[in-house]
Amino acid sequence: MSTITTALLDLKYLEILAAGDTTIHRLNPLAKVLVTLLFILCVISCNRYELTALLPFFLFPIAMIARANLPPLFILKKIILFLPFILLVGIFNPVFDRIPLVQFGSLTVSGGWISFLSIIIRSILTVGGAFVLIGTTGFTPTCQALRRMGMPQVFTTQLLFLYRYIFVLAEEAGRTSLARELRSCGTKGQGIESYRSLIGALLLRTWGRAERIHDAMLARGFNGEFHRVQSNGFGRMEIIYCFGWSALFIFFRLTNIPLVLGNFITGFFA
Amino acid sequence: MSHHIVAVKNLRHTYPDGTVAIQDISFTITHGESVGIIGANGAGKSTLLHHLNGTLTPTGGSITIGNFPVTKETLPSIRRTVGMVFQNPDDQLFMPTVYDDVAFGPLNLGLRGEALEQCVSNALAAVGAETLRHKPPYNLSGGEKKRVAIATALAMSPDILVMDEPTSGLDPYARRQAMHLLAAFSHTRIFTSHDLDMVLELCPRVIVLHEGVVVADGAAIELFNDTELLEHCRLEQPLSMRGCSYCRKLAHIR
Ligand SMILES: Nc1ncnc2c1ncn2[C@@H]1O[C@H](COP(=O)(O)OP(=O)(O)O)[C@@H](O)[C@H]1O
Ligand SMILES: [Mg+2]
Repeated sequence: MSTITTALLDLKYLEILAAGDTTIHRLNPLAKVLVTLLFILCVISCNRYELTALLPFFLFPIAMIARANLPPLFILKKIILFLPFILLVGIFNPVFDRIPLVQFGSLTVSGGWISFLSIIIRSILTVGGAFVLIGTTGFTPTCQALRRMGMPQVFTTQLLFLYRYIFVLAEEAGRTSLARELRSCGTKGQGIESYRSLIGALLLRTWGRAERIHDAMLARGFNGEFHRVQSNGFGRMEIIYCFGWSALFIFFRLTNIPLVLGNFITGFFA
Repeated sequence: MSHHIVAVKNLRHTYPDGTVAIQDISFTITHGESVGIIGANGAGKSTLLHHLNGTLTPTGGSITIGNFPVTKETLPSIRRTVGMVFQNPDDQLFMPTVYDDVAFGPLNLGLRGEALEQCVSNALAAVGAETLRHKPPYNLSGGEKKRVAIATALAMSPDILVMDEPTSGLDPYARRQAMHLLAAFSHTRIFTSHDLDMVLELCPRVIVLHEGVVVADGAAIELFNDTELLEHCRLEQPLSMRGCSYCRKLAHIR
C-alpha cells in the first residue's frame, strides 16, 4: 500500500512541479523538447570509453533545476530509483571487456570498467534530463510537442493513455490493498491466496475503469487528437533557449573541455 | 419545437455476461422537458442513460435524438447535442488540472483563445468551482469532483443534458446550487436520482424503472402519491410530501 501510494504521489508531484510558473516553465514545450532531445543525443553518442567529456553536460540539468526551482533532492531520488536498471544494463561490460585501458600507479583499469562507469554517467544524465523536462513541462504538453514534431498520433495518444492509466491502476491498487489490509486486522490476511484474487479483481476493475474513462472522453468529442490549451508562441526566448543550449551541447560534444583545461593548466605550470 | 426530441423505442440491453439490464423500454421526451428517471439500485437507470449518447449500443430497439437515429455515423453530432455527466466523477475527470479537464470538450469542438477561456470560466462559475481551476482533479473532495464533472458537460453547451445522479454526494448547499443550475437550464434535461425531493422539485414528469422495464411514466405529483407503486419499486414518497412527523409527534404530546 504505502509503496504504491508513494510512487504514485511522486508522479503526481512531478505534475504539480510542472504547473510552476518560472521562465523555464513558460517556454514553449516544443523548445524544451527539442533541446532535451539534442541533449540526450549528444550524451548517448559519446564514445563508450568517454568519462571526462561527459562531465560538462551536467551543467544543463543543474541549470534547469536551479532556474525552474525544482527540488534537486527529489529529482536525485527519482534518478536513483532508475539506477538498478542501469546497473543491469552495464554490469557485463567489466566481465567481457578486459582490455587494460588506464593505469593508476599499480592499478590497471580495464576498458570494461570505464565503459560501465560511462554508461552510468550517461544514464544519469539522460534520465535526469527527461525528469527535468517533465518537471518543467508536464507529460501532456511534452507528448503534444512530440506530436507537433511529427511523431505519429498513434504513439503520442498511446503514451498519454499509458500515463493516465498508471494513475488509474495505482489508485485502484492503493484502495484495494488498503481494503484488504484493514479487513485482515493486522494478521497476514489469507496469505498469498488472497493476493491472487486481489490482483485478478484489480486488473478487471482497472480495465473497466479505463473503458469508462475512454467513454467519458468520447462523450466530449475526443477523436484521438489531444489539443493544446494555450499556445505560447515560439518567440525570441524560445529561439535564444534553443540556439544557446544547442551550441553549448555541440561544443561540449566536440571538445573534451576537462582535458583541454587539464592540458592548459599543466602546460601553464610546466 | 421538435428538434431536440429524445425517442427510445423498444430498447433492450443485455450485458456480455448475460445480465438483461433493460428488457423493453419505450418513451419520448420532447424539447425543453425535464424528466426524472427513478428506480431502485440495479433497475437499469445508468444502463439506459448510457444509450442516450451512444456509450452503449442497444441489443435491440432504437434511439433517436432530434431527427437522427443514434448510429456510428451520427455519433459525433449526437455527442455534441447530448451532454453527459456520468455517475462516478472519477471516470469523467482525466486531465492533469480542473481547467484542462473542463477545456477538453471545447478544445475538441475547435474553441481556442479568448472564446475557450470564456467558455471554461462560465462553466466553472456555473457550478461554483472557479477557485478549483488549477487543482488536479484527483485531489478534490467527492462533491467538488461532482461539480467539476457537471462543468465539463456544461462547457460543451449541450442541447440535451443527461446526468446520472447529479446530486449524490453533494453537501446541502452544493445540492441547492446544482438544483438551481438544473432549473435554470432551458433545454431538455434527463436525470436519474434517488433524491426524490429534488426530482419532485425539478421534474414535472417522472419515469419509473423496475427491473429493466418502465412501470410508470407520468406526472411526478401523481406517481409520488401512488404508495403501492412506490413500494413495489422499492421507493418512498419524497419527504416534502409527507408532512413533518416530528411536528405531528410534538403536537400529540402537547
Ligand atoms: N458492465 C456490466 N456487466 C454486467 N452487468 C452489469 C454491468 N453494469 C451493470 N450491470 C447490471 O445491470 C443491471 C442494471 O445496472 P445499472 O443500470 O447500473 O443500475 P442502476 O439503476 O442502479 O443505475 C444491474 O443488475 C447490474 O448488476
Ligand atoms: Mg446507476
